[in-house]
Amino acid sequence: MTTTTTPRAAVGAAPRSRPPAGEKPLVTFEQANRRLKWALLAPALGFVGLMIVFPLAFTINLSLTDAFGAVNAGNAYVGLQNFADALTDTRRFWPAVGRTVTFTLGAVVLETVLGLALAMLLRKAFRGMEIVRTILMVPLLATPVAIGILWMLILDPTNGIANHLLGFVGIPPQEFLGSVSQSLPTLMLIDVWQWTPMMTVLLLAGLTTLPEEPEEAARVDGANVWQRFVHIILPMLRTTILTALVLRGVDALKTFDLIYATKGPGGGSDFEAETLNVYAYGLTFDYQEYGLASAVLVLFTLFIVAIVVVLRRRTERSAS
Amino acid sequence: MSAVTTPAPSGTPARVPQRIVARRRSGPQRVFGALRAVLIVIVCAVISLPIIWMIAAALKTNVQVTDPTVGLAFTPTWDNFRNVLADGVLVQSLANSLIIGVVSTALSVVIAVPAAWAVGRFRMRRTGSVVLVARIVPAISLLVPWYYMFAQLGLVGSHLVLILSHMFVSVPLILWIMIGFFEGLPVELEDAARTDGLSAFGAFLRIALPLAAPGTASAAVLAFIFSWNNFIFALILADERTMTMPVLLFNFMSYASTDWGGLMAAATLMTVPVLLAAVFGQRYLVAGLTAGATKG
Repeated sequence: MTTTTTPRAAVGAAPRSRPPAGEKPLVTFEQANRRLKWALLAPALGFVGLMIVFPLAFTINLSLTDAFGAVNAGNAYVGLQNFADALTDTRRFWPAVGRTVTFTLGAVVLETVLGLALAMLLRKAFRGMEIVRTILMVPLLATPVAIGILWMLILDPTNGIANHLLGFVGIPPQEFLGSVSQSLPTLMLIDVWQWTPMMTVLLLAGLTTLPEEPEEAARVDGANVWQRFVHIILPMLRTTILTALVLRGVDALKTFDLIYATKGPGGGSDFEAETLNVYAYGLTFDYQEYGLASAVLVLFTLFIVAIVVVLRRRTERSAS
Repeated sequence: MSAVTTPAPSGTPARVPQRIVARRRSGPQRVFGALRAVLIVIVCAVISLPIIWMIAAALKTNVQVTDPTVGLAFTPTWDNFRNVLADGVLVQSLANSLIIGVVSTALSVVIAVPAAWAVGRFRMRRTGSVVLVARIVPAISLLVPWYYMFAQLGLVGSHLVLILSHMFVSVPLILWIMIGFFEGLPVELEDAARTDGLSAFGAFLRIALPLAAPGTASAAVLAFIFSWNNFIFALILADERTMTMPVLLFNFMSYASTDWGGLMAAATLMTVPVLLAAVFGQRYLVAGLTAGATKG
């Protein structure tokens, strides 16, 4: 962000350089403003702070105890035992990490590629543009739980329309969410259906801000569509793509509604769709393993923060 | 914060159509255009058919709904809607979702819009970036402490606790959208008003706030929809009396997984506000979403 001197900054600097006499309104103004801005900020920041600071401290504290069954009765501090337990657990924890990474990477990469293709497809104005944009809005505003249940009907192994349609092209019926091996890929595809439009909307917004001249110049120089896309548009769109990746990536890592609604506790009988979020939820609310669950959540949060920090650093570098 | 704003005040009008019309099309260009049209139609079909399938299923009998050969050729019946709307628990949940959505959004607008103006006008981007934290932290890591905290206050299961938890999503969302919006408003107008004797707060109230009405509206609609869609907070913090629609839908499915018609009717009812928002507010919502895209 470049800092240009706006009239506001000039007003802020003025009182110091000018003699106070005759400029009374502006001086008291800036002083009053200091109080005003905090008065306006306090409710919002105070609320978010209250809802997050104590809870995070509480969770971090719990992660160091052997809390089980109750959060406040007779818990002993066990140091980093919960973290050690989680990090050495190859039955539930590491597979959940793997699924979280697989789900997020698979879904977000597909959503970015398809979203970019779709944004390019819709970039130039055409008749019916408004209708297409309206249709794009529906999945990304729809309730994830309702979407999950809808896809359960569509993908029902015996009565679903999906297998019926696959039959027309000679593909045998699939188990989809009913099978251990297909659950995660199926969930990824549902996620792609729901969130590709989101990527498209974000990237389309980025595309409309790009200057047209570089592309025109390349066209005149004889670059074909693909060359113009790879060498002109992609580099200019880098910041928008990275920003969209951060937004979607964070949400994809935390995907809960869709998975829990379609696969239930533990992500299925074989934990086949159990991501970190679903695992932590089960530990907390089904098993009351508050200590261990808190440790998993602390690790999960650190993991997300690390990814955001890395991606944002990239974004800043590409923006400058 | 500064990095995670899309450089795009979208909702931008379509770019100069006359150029396309004016240019005479060569053969390959026409083929390209036709191919593009076909692709666009396919994409629209892929996106909208599942939703159409849901609405169709809601209008089918229970025999038709589990028979994939029926397709879209059937005589619609309102029985499913009649049945679910005769269910007191469902109507109660619908009302809960509405109340919680409206109240949490209204309260969030009241505290977040002035804060966004303060952040935007007084260049407090660092302070504003606090909202980022609220978007990153997994909701589950807050639920146990919230439950504990609100249980001490005797609030678990109340509407209030759900409103507060949903505000935790909508306050940062509205802040996020409106900071960008206020930064885009020319400060000169407010400066002029102040020179004419208004206080800074007066300038906010009489100049900035009215100008920000479209942005506030889109932020509010998005906040309502995120509240409407929210599942996990009500899953833990609500009781049977205050249960919201997503939780009801989830329970409904676990108990009566065979009643697809009823499930789809309930899911369709849930999707109505979303469809209304998409049809009437598409342009504004895009501007809001590109500024603050989150799912809660």
